[in-house]
Amino acid sequence: MSHALLEIRNLHASIAEDGTEILRGVDLTIRAGEVHAIMGPNGSGKSTLAYVLAGRPGYVVTQGTVLYDGKDLLALAPEQRAREGIFLAFQYPVEIPGVSNAYFLRTAVNAIRKHRGIPELDAMDFLTLLDEKARLVEMEEAMLERGVNEGFSGGEKKRNEVLQMAMLDPKLALLDETDSGLDIDALRVAATGVNALRGPGRAMLVITHYQRLLNYIVPDVVHVLSDGRIVRSGGKELALELEAKGYSWIESGAATPAGAPVGR
Amino acid sequence: MTSNPLLDELAQREYQHGFVTNIESESIPAGLSEDVVRVISKKKDEPGWLLDWRLKAYRHWLTMQEPTWAKVHYPAIDYQKIVYYSSPKSVSEDRPKSLAEVDPELLAMYEKLGVPLKEREILAGVAVDAVIDSVSVATTFREKLKELGIVFCSFSEAVKEHPDLVRKYLGSVVPYTDNFFATLNSAVFSDGSFCFIPKGVRCPMELSTYFRINQADTGQFERTLIVAEEGSAVSYLEGCTAPKRDRNQLHAAVVELVALDDAQIKYSTVQNWYPGDKDGKGGIYNFVTKRGKCAGKNSKISWTQVETGSAITWKYPSCLLLGDNSVGEFYSVALTANFQQADTGTKMIHAGKNTRSTIISKGISAGHGQNTYRGAVKILKGAEGARNYSQCDSLLIGDLCGAHTFPYIEVKNSSATLEHEASTSKIGEDQLFYCMQRGLSAEDAVSMIVNGFAKRVIRGLPMEFAVEAQKLLGVSLEGSVG
Repeated sequence: MSHALLEIRNLHASIAEDGTEILRGVDLTIRAGEVHAIMGPNGSGKSTLAYVLAGRPGYVVTQGTVLYDGKDLLALAPEQRAREGIFLAFQYPVEIPGVSNAYFLRTAVNAIRKHRGIPELDAMDFLTLLDEKARLVEMEEAMLERGVNEGFSGGEKKRNEVLQMAMLDPKLALLDETDSGLDIDALRVAATGVNALRGPGRAMLVITHYQRLLNYIVPDVVHVLSDGRIVRSGGKELALELEAKGYSWIESGAATPAGAPVGR
Repeated sequence: MTSNPLLDELAQREYQHGFVTNIESESIPAGLSEDVVRVISKKKDEPGWLLDWRLKAYRHWLTMQEPTWAKVHYPAIDYQKIVYYSSPKSVSEDRPKSLAEVDPELLAMYEKLGVPLKEREILAGVAVDAVIDSVSVATTFREKLKELGIVFCSFSEAVKEHPDLVRKYLGSVVPYTDNFFATLNSAVFSDGSFCFIPKGVRCPMELSTYFRINQADTGQFERTLIVAEEGSAVSYLEGCTAPKRDRNQLHAAVVELVALDDAQIKYSTVQNWYPGDKDGKGGIYNFVTKRGKCAGKNSKISWTQVETGSAITWKYPSCLLLGDNSVGEFYSVALTANFQQADTGTKMIHAGKNTRSTIISKGISAGHGQNTYRGAVKILKGAEGARNYSQCDSLLIGDLCGAHTFPYIEVKNSSATLEHEASTSKIGEDQLFYCMQRGLSAEDAVSMIVNGFAKRVIRGLPMEFAVEAQKLLGVSLEGSVG
């Protein structure tokens, strides 16, 4: 069994502004090479979990621990987490007008390489790599010169997230509703990109509301998050069961609570 | 303060050019009177007509009131406490004939500032006229330019060597009666740059002046005059720095540009005068009058400015579009952090037929900074078919700063076309977090976002300046996020 890359224990987190508790005791272990899916109804805390792991300001962790590669993740600043290999594919990617996609990516790639003690990429090597990865998500060259997400369609933004993930070579990728707002073709392209990045050294946490995405990105483990806790974990068939029975099945308490940690 | 710790703790950056150079200097006592004007003129061994012009300006100035319409606030300036003339001693007696004769301390200072005065400038292709306090120190490349008939020298030398040209054009764009600060400058200006591009000559290199205020309590009143004859073209760069001082210092410059038929002048400024400390103490008061006259048909004057320094900036580089089909442009990035205040913009006066103007203004405010765009577009009666496009964008960083826009439009010819766009945005925590999630530090993220915002202006700068300006925008905002 590979080592635990991420160990979340009894994680409680609230919104800083008003103190509303969103996560109420999350336990989750992800090992290198695994793909975990988190499903759950709106408001169950899925995105909050991703944000807290990535270090977004505006949330306060009130209890619990998160170990990432054996280190205390919560003690790290957001950019340190990114440099240590945590990547968040945003549900709503942000526009940065006037900053070209390629320039943004090169700055990010080199910030991370520098942190890892490997030489920064020069312009030529960078473009070669970018060209290769852009093909993975079927992104045309013109889009690389446009401002970051500036005027991109929903599908283009999501593909751009996958491209960034491919370029930044993370150890743990958090995909926050990468399927939302995508038609079936765009979904296929995005999923192909993600699947190409699966490998023994990389773990993924795929957050989704719908089972549909999991047809394309087949998870090793599925967790159901409800009211800030993981209430059920199982294999990929759990997603199908959820799809058939609806979230009310979980919320009504009919499903058995999460038992022993599920892994491979 | 904001609820976001990233956007809190505004602007505590260090000013990088804040060193003082120990050069013996010769100053006259503080204060202003007719005698002071006469002393300045005498020190410069000026002809009688110029002294008369100065005195007329001084007498007119006595009748004027300091303007108060700008959206800037500062304690009253005591004009009797300012030193109106200061010159590094080694320069004042005998002007050096070559760089080898220039005080090595001075050269070391320019070295520190990154002003290219020696061999490497040849590679960079920049001809530099460096003005320290009141005197122009050395002009490089003069011989090479001379072969083309281009005159590029200090203002004082121009008065001696090309008196007819100076007399013809001095005050022809900014008359000595123009405004309080320009009139003061006309009375006491000490040096500056002069540039003349003869008919049909395209200046083969960027011409550049570097200004620096070194002495305490010294005002800097330089005057720049650029004349581009028929069919000529020139690109001119100006950079400015000053040491850190607790007290405020006055800088009241005048720049006049004249473009004859089919001539083009591109004037770029990177202004980084000392902005004061994080509590708003000290800093340069920058009250500058810059105006270009498109006197000839098909002429073009383009202003590009990156304003990151000064405690107060009061500056409106403008164009008088007299010639038919002439073109005026104004591209500006103004950044105010800490307690800096900027009231800047342009005036485009359309008099000729089919004249066109473009205004792109990008204001960035951080800390307690207050940034005002003030611009006027006037289409006069005879300006058939005139066109203007204006775009004014403001970017706010944090909750304590301000952005203000005052566009004035006056149209007296119904065939004119005017467009005006404006936007205000805020660097959101979303943008910051997005960048940081990709491994960028908060400061790099802000610098990147700001440079993206200012890109349209920055990319109009000559290459070396663009790089400097980009860095400056980043440095100026250091500490803007915690």
